[in-house]
Amino acid sequence: MPPSDTDEAGPGGVGDRPPSEIPGAPKAPAPGDGGSGSAPNVVTEKGVATQKGEVPGGEQAAELPRGTAPGIRFEKVVKRFGSNVVLRELDFTVAPGERVTLIGPSGSGKTTILRLLMTLEKLDGGLIWIGDETLWHRERGGKRVPADQKHLHEMRKQVGMVFQQFNLFPNMNVLHNLTEGPVRVLGLSKDEAVERARGLLDMVGLTDKENAHPTQLSGGQQQRVAIARALAMQPKVLLLDEVTSALDPELVVGVQDLLRDIARQSDLTLLCVTHEMGFAKDISNRVLMFDQGQIVEEGPPDQIFGEPSEQRTRDFLQAVLAS
Amino acid sequence: MNWDWHYSGEILPDLLDGLRYTVIATLAGYVIAVVLGLVWTLLRRTPSRIFNQVIRWITEFIRSTPLIPQLYFVFFVLPAWGITIGSLTAGIITLGLHYSTYTAEVYRAGIADVPKGQWEACTALNLPKSRVWLDVILPQAIRRVIPTLGNYLIAMFKDSPMLLAINVSELLFSAYKVGAKTLQFLEPITIVGLLFVVVSVISSILVRRLERRYATI
Repeated sequence: MPPSDTDEAGPGGVGDRPPSEIPGAPKAPAPGDGGSGSAPNVVTEKGVATQKGEVPGGEQAAELPRGTAPGIRFEKVVKRFGSNVVLRELDFTVAPGERVTLIGPSGSGKTTILRLLMTLEKLDGGLIWIGDETLWHRERGGKRVPADQKHLHEMRKQVGMVFQQFNLFPNMNVLHNLTEGPVRVLGLSKDEAVERARGLLDMVGLTDKENAHPTQLSGGQQQRVAIARALAMQPKVLLLDEVTSALDPELVVGVQDLLRDIARQSDLTLLCVTHEMGFAKDISNRVLMFDQGQIVEEGPPDQIFGEPSEQRTRDFLQAVLAS
Repeated sequence: MNWDWHYSGEILPDLLDGLRYTVIATLAGYVIAVVLGLVWTLLRRTPSRIFNQVIRWITEFIRSTPLIPQLYFVFFVLPAWGITIGSLTAGIITLGLHYSTYTAEVYRAGIADVPKGQWEACTALNLPKSRVWLDVILPQAIRRVIPTLGNYLIAMFKDSPMLLAINVSELLFSAYKVGAKTLQFLEPITIVGLLFVVVSVISSILVRRLERRYATI
């Protein structure tokens, strides 16, 4: 259940705040905000992030998905593009609520993994489990058959994705970008969706931009909106596909800080493809090093970045640091 | 051969009456072309490959045959099968149908121009097909093609004199009629040219304005 119900309902809630608030500025908690209520509140549970975050955090943690995030399991997954086999019987598991970063040279299949999970690419072989259900197959008469559109639609509800190129809808303003999915897919009323959207815009520090069109925003702002748009669907699994690669260098940090706080304050299962090793260290519990569609090495970030045991990992890290 | 101002003034009301029919036929035909073109494009994207090919060949056929035979077919051949329509209506339908096969190509290009990332964002948001088209793809595609569609309005306007082949009393036909009566063709035909230029120039200005407005998405 969206915890936002409990936290945003009161007068003076998130939506009523003046739009002039500057992202990053310290915020007076609005009256009626649920921080002190009986609702389960992640801030107390994982309070680290809120104290150091320059990104507005704290009371907005309300909109972040919490509760039961599913795990993910790849079972002998095969993906080809023509004659090029990108994933060759790949096996790996992500625990519920775990935050995993995928690194590796380009063409190693990291992005393909995310795209398979978002159903942007078709699976060629094997099974992908989200929780205890298969993404690309469904049960029929005790047999496993390829998923139909309906099954994919149901499964996709658990997954959200943020893209390298933001992919905001340029024909809609920011607010509409955030309400489209909740209204059309989740069946929220316009008012509920707007309220949720405003809460998220506040969290990403763009309250004053709700009427702007994506083209009027900087890359960093667009990516913040895209993050908010993905979260508005309340996914349980969030996929981040090189989300800062298209940003100007000075905008990278802000978006990374935002994501780090989101990661820490939510219980999302997170899969992240990135070339920013500092960000990977910050955001994840585990790093998987890929090469040619296989996992070369895996471990906690400190180990992978500090003392990698595989030569291929060392070579890759050296190449990334040199660039 | 001298320009007869008095005669010009006398025939002007008749010619303006003809212009009225020209404009009516063009605008009504344009509405058909713009709507039907989109229908063709969407029909070509159904899951059935056979159906898509059939639609493709129908539109290809209409586009590849000249307008006048099509006008003859609708006006002279269809009545043999019991379908009788007035000349103006037949002209409007045929003009619209003919140009719908062109606007279909315009829409197709516009849809192809929408970046792949937009489709992917729709999938990531889990939007249903109808919403993907209505809320995301078509608004962007149509915006892109508005200037091109505007140019087809002018093209249709200039093709509308062909409707005289089936006795629609449009501008050129009216000029022909008054000229035939007095055997003085200089003034009516010249005035036809001038009227076409005036309307075309005005339309061009409007289209260019549209272009400017929609160029910046």
